[in-house]
This record gives sequence, C-alpha cells and structure tokens, in this order.
Amino acid sequence: MNVRKLPRFLIAVVLFYIIVEILYKTEILNGYLLHIINLSLIYVILATSLNLINGITGQFSLGHMGFAAVGAYVSGSLTTLILKLSVTNPASMLPFLLSIIAGGVVAAFVGFLIGFPSLRLKGDYLAIVTLGFGEIIRTIFNNIDAVGGPRGLLGIPKFSNFTVILVAAFLTVVIIRNLIESSHGRAMLSIRENELAAELVGINTTRYKVMAFTFGAFFAGIAGGLLAHLIQLAHPTQFGFIKSVEVLIMIYAGGVGSLTGSILAAFGLTFLSEGLRLGIRALADATGLPIGGEWRMVVYALLLIFIMLFRNEGLMGMRESRIIKNVEVD
Amino acid sequence: MGSIFSLQQILNGLQLGSIYALIALGYTMVYGIVRLINFAHGDFFMIGAYAAYGSFYMFNALVAGRSGTLAFLVLLAAMIGGASIAYLTNKFAYKPLRYKPKLSSLITAIGVSMFIEYFFSALPAIGPSYRSFPDIIVRKEIRLGNAVISNLVIIDLAVAAILMVGLTLLVRKTTLGKAMRAVSQDKDAARLMGIDIEKVISFTFMVGGAFAGAAGLLAGMTYPRIFPYMGILPGLKAFIAAVLGGIGNIPGAMLGAYIMGIAETFASAYNSLIGEGIAFAILILVLLIRPRGLLGEKIADKI
Repeated sequence: MNVRKLPRFLIAVVLFYIIVEILYKTEILNGYLLHIINLSLIYVILATSLNLINGITGQFSLGHMGFAAVGAYVSGSLTTLILKLSVTNPASMLPFLLSIIAGGVVAAFVGFLIGFPSLRLKGDYLAIVTLGFGEIIRTIFNNIDAVGGPRGLLGIPKFSNFTVILVAAFLTVVIIRNLIESSHGRAMLSIRENELAAELVGINTTRYKVMAFTFGAFFAGIAGGLLAHLIQLAHPTQFGFIKSVEVLIMIYAGGVGSLTGSILAAFGLTFLSEGLRLGIRALADATGLPIGGEWRMVVYALLLIFIMLFRNEGLMGMRESRIIKNVEVD
Repeated sequence: MGSIFSLQQILNGLQLGSIYALIALGYTMVYGIVRLINFAHGDFFMIGAYAAYGSFYMFNALVAGRSGTLAFLVLLAAMIGGASIAYLTNKFAYKPLRYKPKLSSLITAIGVSMFIEYFFSALPAIGPSYRSFPDIIVRKEIRLGNAVISNLVIIDLAVAAILMVGLTLLVRKTTLGKAMRAVSQDKDAARLMGIDIEKVISFTFMVGGAFAGAAGLLAGMTYPRIFPYMGILPGLKAFIAAVLGGIGNIPGAMLGAYIMGIAETFASAYNSLIGEGIAFAILILVLLIRPRGLLGEKIADKI
C-alpha cells in the first residue's frame, strides 16, 4: 500500500466550499439553491452511512430513517426544549454541536440494539425486521406528547448552515472511507462477499455486523439532527418508510459499495427531485391539467425499477473515484 | 363494548383474520415458489378493492336489484383485477430478474409497490383521497347472546373459507398443484421433469393476486373506505402473519393470519397504539424465538 501525500478529497471539498460561498456572496446562487445543496449534503451523510450497512457489509436495512429520527428528536429536544438555545447567541454553537453528537450517539445505541437481530436473520427477513424497527421508532415519536406527537417538534432553531453541514458530510465520508480501507472494513466486505467463508477464516462476523449497524446509525443520527436544525422541524412523517427507500434508491443508483456513487447520487437525485417538483408544478400551471405532485414519486419508483432491470450495478458499480480513495490496493 | 375478550371481539378478530389470511396466502405462495417477498402484494389488494368499486357502478345498472348476482360479479371483478396486476408485475418486473441476485428482485418489488401506489394516486380519475365504498350487500345485524353480528362477518368468513378450501384442493389434488409443489421444492429438478417453471410461477402469482383482490373487496365492504395507500399496512401485517405461520407454508399462513387478526383486535380494544404496534412486536418476537414460524418445519405442505 502506498499512502497518498496529498489528501485530494480535502482539497476538492475546500474548493467546493469556496466556490459555493463565492457564488452565494455574489448572489448567483440564491437561498433556495443553497438550501438544496444543504439537503444534498445531508443526503450524502445518509447515503454513505447506509452504504456502509447495505453496500459494504451486505446487510439489507430498510429502516435507516428510523435512526435519523432518533438523532433529529434527541438533538432537537436538547437544543429546543432543554437548553433553549438561540441562534443569535454565538456561544450557542458549541452546545448545538454537542447536541447533534448526542443525537448521533443515541442513534448509534439504537443501531447497536438493532444490529443484534441481524445476527440471526439474513436477506429479506432482515429487511422486514429493520423496516419494522424503523416504523416502531416512528410510531413511538408519533405518540410522545413532550416532543409534539403527530404535530412534530416545532420551533427548532436554525443552527444548520452550509459550513456545518459540509464539514459533517466531509467527516462522515472520510471516516467511513477510512473504516472501509482499514482491516475492519475488509472484514465487513468479506461478510458481504461470502459470510460462511469469512467466518471460516476467523472473522468475527457478529462483531462486524453490529459494528456496521452502530456506525451507520451514528451518522444517520447526525444527519437527522442536522436536517431538523435546517428545516426547523422534526416530524414523524419525515422519517417514514418511503424516506428510507429514497436513501436506498440513492445507494443503488450510485452503486452499491461505492462512496463516490452515493455522493453523486445524493446530489443528483436531490436536485432531480426538486427539479421534478418545480417542473410538475410548472406543467400543471401551464396546461391547467390536474397534474399532482404524486408524479414525482412515480418517476422515482420507475427510476428504481429501471436501475434494477437495466443497470443493476448502479452508476459507479463498485468503483471508487481517485479523489475519494486514500490508499492504493494492489 | 364489554370486556376485551368478549365473543364480539373474537368475531371481529376472525373477520380481520380472514382478510389477512387471503392476503397472506399470496405472500406465502409466491415466497414458497420464487423465494421473494413480493412487497407489491399489498397493492394487489388495493387494486382488488378499486376493481370492485369500479365494477359495482358498472354492473349496478345491468343487474338492478339482484344483489346476489351483483355481489358475485363484483367479487369476480376484484379477483380478476388482482390476478391481472399480479400477472403484469411478474412478467415485467420480476421475470427479467429471476436469475439475478435476490436483493435485486426485493428492491424491484419495493419499486413496483411505490409505483402502483403513487401512479394510482396521481391518476386524476382515482386521486389520493379516500372514497367511501358502496354497500354491495345490505347490512343486517343478528343478535347472538350479548354480541351483535353483522351479516358481513358471516360473508367475510364464508368467502375466505370457500377460497381457502378451494386453494387447498387446487394445491393437493390437481396436476397444477403438484407442479407448484414440485417447483417450490426444487426448481431445477422440476424443470428436468418437464414442468414449465415460468408458467407455474405466473399461475402462482395470479392465484395470489386473485386472493388479494378478493380480500380487497371484503375489506372494502367491511371497513367502507378505500384509498391508494390502503394496501401498505394490511400487506405488511399479512406478510407478518405468513412469517408467523412459517413462510412458504399454506396452513401456516392461515393460522398466522387468524392469530394476527385476533391479537390485533384484542390489543386495539385495549389501546389503539398497541393495536398498531402489535404486529411488529409479534414479528420481532417470532423471528428472534422461532424464525421458521409456527408450522415452519413441516415440509410436506410447502409449495
């Protein structure tokens, strides 16, 4: 192995930051576009962390947004209900960041617990159980009055900004990349490729499956917290099954096991989704026909089916861009 | 209301269980034969309900007054609706992926399910909102001790029972049933014996779809409200029932469905939140304690 001297990914992210900031300051980029970029970056965190569970370790999870819900509600309650932070006070930034991390830690603990059934279950059974857990988590929040119940947790201060979200997304990708490139990551990959063989060469498959769930859930929790502090709301419907499927589409569109693919798909599909929303509304206005927003999801569903039918391996397959890779493997 | 465990509640549970059983059978048959959780199965149920709804208004004028004939035609329409969508789904979405990794089919199934739901709610003729289901059969109430039984309970139980007996006969006594059992046991050996596997799979999907369609009609009559997303939760619960009984096992699916129906009715009578969550709690318990399901080890009836 030969460790690169220049961390290309860091340079790429810094360049991206500077370009976006300049475009925003010169008002070429309006607030709406910046908001979509922020959303895309949060989806980058969700997609790469789900990729660790689904793509790298090969454990099919359908409840990723359940972890995000835990992160959103825990951090949202901390900043809004307990600490009562205010955006105008600059000293609030540190407690905000700690709240986000606390949300991630609680989500990681939930992921740790959910990782256990995965020891006994495989494939589609695991998919159903994670779906069930995700729905249970959502139902629980739907019924806790202290966090708003079905109305959702309102009035969360808007702490998430471009800088915070970009740094979080950068750290997520780097940590997951380093994890994948470490011996732990190799062990996870071997579970995906052939669990029995992995076990026979002495890999503790249980430990690595639980580890994948715990790490994945931690980052999903972070993403949930950032999302809640971006849109100033944590609502049970944000974290439903369909949302988990949206993240799933991202990793399958980008390529299972490819972080580059997840990042590209997170941006591509978030922009596509917003584009479709605007396009459908414009079309409905122009023609006067009753074209509803549901068509957006119809397009999404067809996209998922066509990816599976005609490009099973996704955009990137299992390849990784040279910008993201840290080490060369022979 | 009386006690949670009254006769009334048991009947309500059996009624709900009958609907779950008809859906669960399709899940379990398809799983038994292609090892695929057909996520779109709950949507076949929804299509059945809409086919019944549409055909009711179509036939109502034709056979004015004769509600028995009308009910039969509507049931037929619901079953044909369910079977057609199941046939198309299998043909266009699952067949091309038959020999690809299993997860591809599972993800496609999620995609198909989303497509059907959103496509229906996007169509202006159907739309995302609730519609009230017409009274196909005049509701009557029969007093039995301190329980009030609607004639719908009897109809639901009877239709489900007739269909389930029919299915059991089909699977056990006919050549086609034998082929289905053979394919579920060993696809390759079945092919070597000259069985057209794709035909058998297609037929299994259609039977499953027809049963889900019939369940859609019964659900529409019993809980008279239909909407494009109505299949999601019953579909999931019926799947859980199939897992509870031992997926791939036909009597298991029926048993699991009635247990689920009764458990859910009792739990809902106690607290509506627990009623919604009990299905998942049962699922997780079953998978942790006895992943094969209640009748999972009996291989003889696997199809």
